[in-house]
Amino acid sequence: MARVVGLTGDEVAAEAIRQINPDVIAAYPITPQTEIVQRLSQFVADGLISAEMVRVESEHSAMSACVGASASGARAMTATSANGLALMWEIVYIAASLRLPIVMPVVNRALSGPINIHCDHSDSMGARDSGWIQLYSENCQEIYDNLIQAVVIAENKEVLLPVMVTLDGFVLSHAMERVEILEDEEVKNFVGEYKNPHSLLDLNNPVTYGPLDLYDYYFEHKRQQVEAMEKALRVIQGVGKQFAKISGRSYGLIEEYRLEDAELVVIALGSTAGTIKEAVDELREEGVKAGLLKIRCFRPFPGREINEALKKVEAVAILDRSASFGAEGGPVFLEVRSSLFEKTERIPIINYIYGLGGRDIKVEEIKGVYQTLQRIARTKRVEKRVDYLGVRE
Amino acid sequence: MDRMIEIRWHGRGGQGAKTAALILAEAALKEGKYVQAFPEYGPERMGAPMQSFTRISEVPIKLHSHITNPSAVVVLDSTLLDMVDVTEGLPEEGIILVNTSRTSPQVREKLNFNRGKVYTVDATSISLSALERNLPNIPMLGALIKATNLLKIETAVISIKEKMGKKFASRIIEGNVEALKRAYEEVKGE
Repeated sequence: MARVVGLTGDEVAAEAIRQINPDVIAAYPITPQTEIVQRLSQFVADGLISAEMVRVESEHSAMSACVGASASGARAMTATSANGLALMWEIVYIAASLRLPIVMPVVNRALSGPINIHCDHSDSMGARDSGWIQLYSENCQEIYDNLIQAVVIAENKEVLLPVMVTLDGFVLSHAMERVEILEDEEVKNFVGEYKNPHSLLDLNNPVTYGPLDLYDYYFEHKRQQVEAMEKALRVIQGVGKQFAKISGRSYGLIEEYRLEDAELVVIALGSTAGTIKEAVDELREEGVKAGLLKIRCFRPFPGREINEALKKVEAVAILDRSASFGAEGGPVFLEVRSSLFEKTERIPIINYIYGLGGRDIKVEEIKGVYQTLQRIARTKRVEKRVDYLGVRE
Repeated sequence: MDRMIEIRWHGRGGQGAKTAALILAEAALKEGKYVQAFPEYGPERMGAPMQSFTRISEVPIKLHSHITNPSAVVVLDSTLLDMVDVTEGLPEEGIILVNTSRTSPQVREKLNFNRGKVYTVDATSISLSALERNLPNIPMLGALIKATNLLKIETAVISIKEKMGKKFASRIIEGNVEALKRAYEEVKGE
C-alpha cells in the first residue's frame, strides 16, 4: 500500500534513493549541491541505508568514484546540479562510454555566469550529447517514479547506459507536494539486484575498462553507444508499463495531454508542462482546441512518437528553458523541427525561449502562445520563428 | 472551498514563515487535499523580509508558477507593513491577516485597503506568553485557520506535533499548540 506524504523534490529524490538502496553514493557538498545529498548522508549516518558514502573532494571526483564503483559491480549513484554537473563533465562522458548504469538526479539550475542558482535547463541540455539517458520530471511524484524506473532502464542488458533524472530547481526541488510513496519492499523487488555482467572484480572473467582505443575500435564503440540509445527507447516504454503494475501510474516516452483532437499544440518538458496543462484546461473551456505534448524522455529522442502524436495539428510552439547560443533556436526546438521535417505536409512551428535563470512563467503567458498559434493557423504565416517569452527587453 | 486556495506568507527570516506554509500544507494533505508549499526563491537571511507560499486544492495541482494573486495574505511582522506592499495582487474578496495589537479598522486605514476582509491578532504577545519567545508563525497559522475555515484546528495540532516532534522538546511543542489555539480564539476581523 502506498503512503501519501508531503515532500519537496529534493526530499522525494532522497526517499527514492533510500528505497533503491544503492551500494555506493559518492558526493561533494559544493554549492550548488542539493539537499538530496544532505539527506542521503543523514540516512547513511542513521543506518537507514547500507550504502557506502564516499565523500570526495569535487564533483569530478564524485562521478569518478561512481565510475569505479559501478565498473566493480556496485550500484552507484550521486546527485548534482548546474555548475556541479559542469565540473564533472569529463567523467560524465566516460561513464556513458564505459556503459555504466549510474543513476543521477540533476536539479536543473542555470549555469553561471552571472551567478544564478535558479531553474533553467542549460545544465542538462548541455549534457544532451554525453550519452546519458535523460528523463525530465513534471512534478514531485514524477521525480520519485522516474528515479525508480531509471535504475531498471539503466541496468537493462540491452541498454547499460547511465540515466539522468532531472527536476526543476526550486520550482520542484524546494516545493513540497503530495506524493505517493511505495512500500520499501515493492521498490526493492522492482529494481532487483544489480549484477554487472562485466565486473572488474570477476577474477574468472577478467575485463579492462577505459584502455586506449584509437582508430582501430573507438568508432565501433561509439556506434554501439548509439545503438544502445536506440534500444533504450523500447526498454523505457516497457519499464514504464511494468511500473504501472505496482504504482497505477503508467509512463511513456512522451505524454499527450488533450492532444486527441488538438489543433494548437505546445511542446515542453519539466515542471512547466503542468502549468501548460492548466492553460490548456482553461482554453478548452473557451472552446479552443489546445493540447500539450510533454517530452518525458529527451535522450533518446522519441522522434517517431512525436511525429505520430502531431498528425492532425495545425500549428506547434516549442518552449525551451535554455538558449543554444548561435543556433537557430533552443535545443528542444531544433530536435523536434528536425524530426518533423520528414512529414509531407509541413506544420508551422515556432520556438520560445523562456524562464532562464528562474524567470517565472504564468498561465496567461502560455495562453498568449496559443493565441499566436491561432493566428498562425489562420494566416498560415509565421512572423517570428524564434522568440522570447517573459523577457523584459 | 473554492477549487484552489493560494496563501502568501510575509515574514522576516527566522520567524518561521516557511515552516508555517509547510505545516498548513501538511495539515491540508491530512484532510485529503492536494497541496504545494514553497519558500520565496531567494537568499534567506535572519531578519530580512521574506515570503513563503501555500496552495491547497480539491483537485491535483498542475500549476508551477509563483503565486501573484493570493486568496489570503498572512503578515507575521507588522513592521513589514511599512516596507512591503502586502496587499499586492489581493482580489476584491481577498483576506489579509496581520500580527498586531491594533484593530482591523486601524490596519485598513494604514494599508489604505477597503476591499475584502482584514483580520488581526496579537500573535507576538501570545507567543511571548506561551513560548517566552517571539515566534509568531504557529499562532498566525491558528488565526488563519479561524479566518478562512480551511481545515480543522485539530488537524493542524497533529501536523505541528509531527513536524516539530523530531527537533524540539515537548515543552516547546505544547507551547506552540497552546499559541495556535489561543490565536484561533482571539483573532478578530471584518
